[in-house]
Amino acid sequence: MCSVATKGRQETAAPSTAPAIELRGISKAFGPVQANKDISLSVARGAIHGIVGENGAGKSTLMSILYGFYKADAGEIFIGGKLTPIHGSQDAINAGIGMVHQHFKLVENFTVLENVILGAEDGQMLRPSLAKARKLLAELSDEYELSVDPDAMIENLSVGHQQRVEILKALYRQADILILDEPTGVLTPAEADHLFRILNGLKAQGKTIILITHKLREIMEITDTVSVMRRGEMTATVQTKDTSPENLAELMVGRKVLLEVEKKPATPGACVLEIENLRVVDEKGVERLKGISLAVQAGEILGIAGVSGNGQSELMEVLGGYQTATGTVRLNGRELDLTGRHSDGQSRRNSGIAHVPEDRHREGLILEFSAWENMAFGYHNDPKYNKNALLMDNAALREDTRQKMDRFDVRPPIPRLQAKNFSGGNQQKLVLAREIERNPDLLLVGQPTRGVDIGAIEFIHKRIIQLRDEGKAILLVSVELEEILSLSDRIAVMFDGRIMGERMPEDTDEKELGLLMAGMGTREAN
Amino acid sequence: MENSHSFVLLLVTLNQTINVSVVLIFAGLAGLFSERSGIFDIGLEGKMLISAFFAASVSYQTGNVWVGMLGGIAASMVFALIHGLTSITFRGNQLISGVAINFLASGLTVVLGNAWYRQGGQTPQLSGAARFHEITLPFADTLRGIPLLGPLYSDVISGHTPLVYVAFLMVPLSWWVLYRTRFGLRLRAVGENPASVDTAGISVIRLRFTAVLIAGVLCGMAGAYLSTSQGAAFGKEMTAGRGYIALAALIFAKWRPWYLLMATLLFGLLEAISNLFPNIDVFGIFTIPVQFTQALPYILTVVILAGFVGKAVPPRAGGEPYVKER
Repeated sequence: MCSVATKGRQETAAPSTAPAIELRGISKAFGPVQANKDISLSVARGAIHGIVGENGAGKSTLMSILYGFYKADAGEIFIGGKLTPIHGSQDAINAGIGMVHQHFKLVENFTVLENVILGAEDGQMLRPSLAKARKLLAELSDEYELSVDPDAMIENLSVGHQQRVEILKALYRQADILILDEPTGVLTPAEADHLFRILNGLKAQGKTIILITHKLREIMEITDTVSVMRRGEMTATVQTKDTSPENLAELMVGRKVLLEVEKKPATPGACVLEIENLRVVDEKGVERLKGISLAVQAGEILGIAGVSGNGQSELMEVLGGYQTATGTVRLNGRELDLTGRHSDGQSRRNSGIAHVPEDRHREGLILEFSAWENMAFGYHNDPKYNKNALLMDNAALREDTRQKMDRFDVRPPIPRLQAKNFSGGNQQKLVLAREIERNPDLLLVGQPTRGVDIGAIEFIHKRIIQLRDEGKAILLVSVELEEILSLSDRIAVMFDGRIMGERMPEDTDEKELGLLMAGMGTREAN
Repeated sequence: MENSHSFVLLLVTLNQTINVSVVLIFAGLAGLFSERSGIFDIGLEGKMLISAFFAASVSYQTGNVWVGMLGGIAASMVFALIHGLTSITFRGNQLISGVAINFLASGLTVVLGNAWYRQGGQTPQLSGAARFHEITLPFADTLRGIPLLGPLYSDVISGHTPLVYVAFLMVPLSWWVLYRTRFGLRLRAVGENPASVDTAGISVIRLRFTAVLIAGVLCGMAGAYLSTSQGAAFGKEMTAGRGYIALAALIFAKWRPWYLLMATLLFGLLEAISNLFPNIDVFGIFTIPVQFTQALPYILTVVILAGFVGKAVPPRAGGEPYVKER
């Protein structure tokens, strides 16, 4: 297998003027959904080419076709000027294409070396391949700042290092073309900068890089050319230096989009939420929250920044009522029960907390249920939804859902549609409608715009700020620094179960927050 | 005098432990290969049972135990193939498929046995070349005189049927295949994260089928051992839950070959004790009843499955059919 790959590489390496990749007329349909419509794309050798588009615009489908995960219904792929049919991932690998998926394809309890050689072993025995990989890794780590401990278990590595392993996997297979799908979603700003240095190094060696992202700032920062996709079509390909984020956003959505969030200065009122010395120990005995103290006032948004997995989820779970903890939490001066009989979602809702969970698919919705059924969750005891002690009033619930869908611009506004059939943005609007319209004193919002398209982001941000202006307290958890910076009136940074510090958005920047998120900088709150 | 009597008892117990562990080793390794590839295999029991029946039948018809064993292995592989089709190709529920296989084997062996031999589900007694016989290892008699090690070699290690040695050799062989070969690396990877294998351009389906078929071969050997080596005929339900005990041993061993050997030997020891010493007299104060010693392996199984013995992390993709993500 490996010898084939080498041969293929040498052949394609010969004509250097041809584009590294050329797609002609690629189309792909999933049932009635046309994911890719007659797409043509040409990427020059040695360039970093960005592909932007909203969720469901067809970016991932196109790249999956290029990597052999799907077969296109029509169209041709040229690699290095040569027509290359790609029927499976093996064909793509042989053609010199490597892919770093958004969700890493690593075996967690294998070592780095084992992951690197998996599928590209030289013979029946592992030992020679492992030795060869060890040598190559040492070379690559010097050349491209790609240092990783070859004997470390993947599960013990940070996300940034795991991503390096994915890149090393591609390089070990002698990839000339590297596709990265949303590579910075899980990285701290410092890790993202490091990644960009690696990519620039690879580019200097003549590698071609395709970067799929929804972060326009990254496109502007690192790409040479950029293509925009909308609804399965390639709407534009431009030189990065000739465009602007506003221009790209307009091309993505098809109308003018406000990238900056417009908001008045906050007018904080009484203290709504007070947290003191909150501690959570999980079932494995690991301390997830190590003594958190926070306060949120009425009419302000407190943003919690941090790389995911540093205790933000546990904090939301405690406040949402489905994780026990020690310490004190007071809502409007009254202490909440953190361990006992009144520590559940229902009690929390009754006391005036509404919760938009971080993972809407697992905690916010039941995807198989219809929109109106989802609208009842947490509020099924509401007299409005019940005829009597036994029967629910489904007609009233459906009507209520229809009205909420109207007010939150959920499309399509069909209460009977299953939740899974809405786009990410519309699913999120359903959850928001359910929670916000309860008129809570405190709104917990986790990752409000994860997997949500730009148009819907604008709407969701507006609604959150509107709620703040009505004098509600809002606790926002997000891994998107931009979102934290633009929405929050005050920012707390979490790292390793602790608050690393609080900043005002106007007095800080991504760099400082990034350092705090990585556990560096002064520890203030503790 | 007392001492030498205890020593003989010990030798007999060890000898018996080895004999009864064989089935568990084969079945445990079968489960190991299957589950390491991400396919739960609750049908070890059924595969062993169908193999035991066909091994005995074919042996009886041909008069050649080796041909009989091949017959048993073939039958077990057919069942493995059914499990593969339902759980890999058609992405069905692996537990239900396994249970179905157990029921099918349990019913089919009795029906066929009655139809062919009319002995209440039994197969006729095997003798001569139609069953496995004990082999004496070289120098077994000359070395017996050496204190301690001599009898251990001559009376415990020597004097078993060929499949016993095959079973014990399978343990290092399995370890070597899993941890030293390309196939083993891919097999372990596909049980942990099939997407990693798929994106590397390797067929998940082919790998898993291979693993399931290996499990079929090993269960086939286990079944053949039961009816043509340990016993001399097939008896109704003769596997007696050993497939489930093997699964418990597999969990106990955290899906590792050497640990599995230890776990199966422990279960084997318990079974040997209950076979050899039905009523254990405790200092003349009271007697542990035979029912209790016989129940010991099953009690240990429940204890292990209930998770009292540390935390065992199964292969992460176990039980889940692989579907390509968008």
